[in-house]
Amino acid sequence: MAKYMLIMRATDETLAKMMETPFEQMLETVGRFNEELIRAGVLIAAEGLDDPSQGVVVDFAGEQPVVTDGPYGETKELFGGFYLIDVASKEEAVEWAKRLPALPGSKCEVRRVPSIDEFPQDNEWVALERAWRERTGQL
Amino acid sequence: MSPTDDDGLPGPDPGPDKGTGTGTGTGTGTDAAAVGEPARRAVAAVWRIESARIVGALARYTGDFALAEDVAQEALAEALVSWSRDGAPANPVGWLLATARRRAIDAFRRRSALDERYALLAGQLTEGGAVTGAAAPAADGRDELPWDPDRIDDDVLALVFTACHPVLAPEARVALTLRVVAGLSSEEIARAFLVPVPTVQARITRAKKTIAAARVPFALPPAEERRARLGAVLSVLYVVFTEGATATAGTDLLRTDLAYEAVRLARTLAALLPDEPEPHGLLALFELTAARFPARTGPDGEAVLLEDQDRTRWDHGATRRGLAALGRAGAIGRGLGPYGLQAAIAACHAGAPSVAETDWERIVLLYEALGRVAPSPVVELNRAVAVAMASGPADGLAIVDDLLATDRLPGSHLLPGVRGELLARLGRTAEARAELELAARRCRNARERAVLLRKAAALD
Repeated sequence: MAKYMLIMRATDETLAKMMETPFEQMLETVGRFNEELIRAGVLIAAEGLDDPSQGVVVDFAGEQPVVTDGPYGETKELFGGFYLIDVASKEEAVEWAKRLPALPGSKCEVRRVPSIDEFPQDNEWVALERAWRERTGQL
Repeated sequence: MSPTDDDGLPGPDPGPDKGTGTGTGTGTGTDAAAVGEPARRAVAAVWRIESARIVGALARYTGDFALAEDVAQEALAEALVSWSRDGAPANPVGWLLATARRRAIDAFRRRSALDERYALLAGQLTEGGAVTGAAAPAADGRDELPWDPDRIDDDVLALVFTACHPVLAPEARVALTLRVVAGLSSEEIARAFLVPVPTVQARITRAKKTIAAARVPFALPPAEERRARLGAVLSVLYVVFTEGATATAGTDLLRTDLAYEAVRLARTLAALLPDEPEPHGLLALFELTAARFPARTGPDGEAVLLEDQDRTRWDHGATRRGLAALGRAGAIGRGLGPYGLQAAIAACHAGAPSVAETDWERIVLLYEALGRVAPSPVVELNRAVAVAMASGPADGLAIVDDLLATDRLPGSHLLPGVRGELLARLGRTAEARAELELAARRCRNARERAVLLRKAAALD
């Protein structure tokens, strides 16, 4: 078993489409898919992100980070949200990704989330992070 | 989820008809010769997600659980060949359902069972569809089973209750549940339980024949039977998890894949029966136990005892999910059953910084409660361990010696294991060593045996 993150990427086209879709309808479509994940016993966490125009970009191109409002000039592949699922194989993660109620123009990246067990156990920073996870009950 | 955006047409038939009812269990891995590994893995992934819903829907349509399982397996075998040759279809579920449905029609034809089920399958039925949950076939002649999202939960639940039916022997329930509900192949089940593949296939075949002979209806158990029947389902999942958590033989201390399968099934069951406390209790027990997996084996795969485990290595996400499930089990307000109580004990360990700082008094009380709702010598032995921790080894030993005198755990390695441990704490070294060595001789798991021998050797 392994954790995979399904990273949702949207474009201008997707966002425009989303704006046209009645909110109730969107909630139902996404809700039905989420319910499938829950029924299958694979859902660990999921979050969606707010309107990209409300965001801020910090650019590290130069010596100092440059902060600008709003999304990138070109919204090619904006990160829009994620699912964290617990599945038996990469193929199973991909199979779930294929079922996403995704709008035209969007993409989903499927990436494995390494467990903290895969890091060197004798490293002090890894130990500190473990302790924090234990204290706070983080995933 | 509706198979309407695809023609659902599979490729040509892969070869001579193997016939139904053979029960040979073509899992994801038998026809592997002609099938590439990537294709096989892709089909297996679809199957894991969909098999329960597919077999459930087919069983409801045909009213014949055994046939449904057969034709679903045939569709799976066909998918392996066809998808690796032509690529996966746009709608894998629709493809599998359509293929299985055609196989079911062939089977009915062979049986000359031109009855109403055949008519329904062959798409002749338009009236009465509402009663069976069937819709009229698509006007453009696409051959698909109508997929009714509102029936899926009941189908899957009916499947679980059928696979765990009391007419079946316990090991048959386990094999059948893993096969039809979890979507594992006979090979995977055989590997998990360290038995030959033909043994698993024979168990499944016999189980299907038993269900047919006993005329077990494919349905949810009536309300008055439901709680007792649920107990059988929970115990099957418990066996699967336990087998995965501690292999009874061989060298793998953990077969986490199998344990994970049980966790997944418990999550499904808890989602489908949200108002029953025990599925939540069982899920809590699994999550809290699985949380310790990362710390239970050392660098060389040797077993690490609870007292020596690095608790920072426990999976805290799993702990949190376990505590949440335990909270739900309690919130239903019918008290905790046997699994909920075991989960409550696991929660005591999960919340403790060390063995010494564990609330052993509470654990003793929980074992007393467990001994009343589900008495067993193993529960009694665990109570002895908790009593020894709470009020000293002599009190624990009294309970163990009582178990020994009444011979309630004959041949088990657990009793001499605990007895040796308690004798060692009381300073009765020679007796302790003899007990631990006896436990090691009886223990079938190589890693556990090594731990016992290590303890015995450390007594010098």
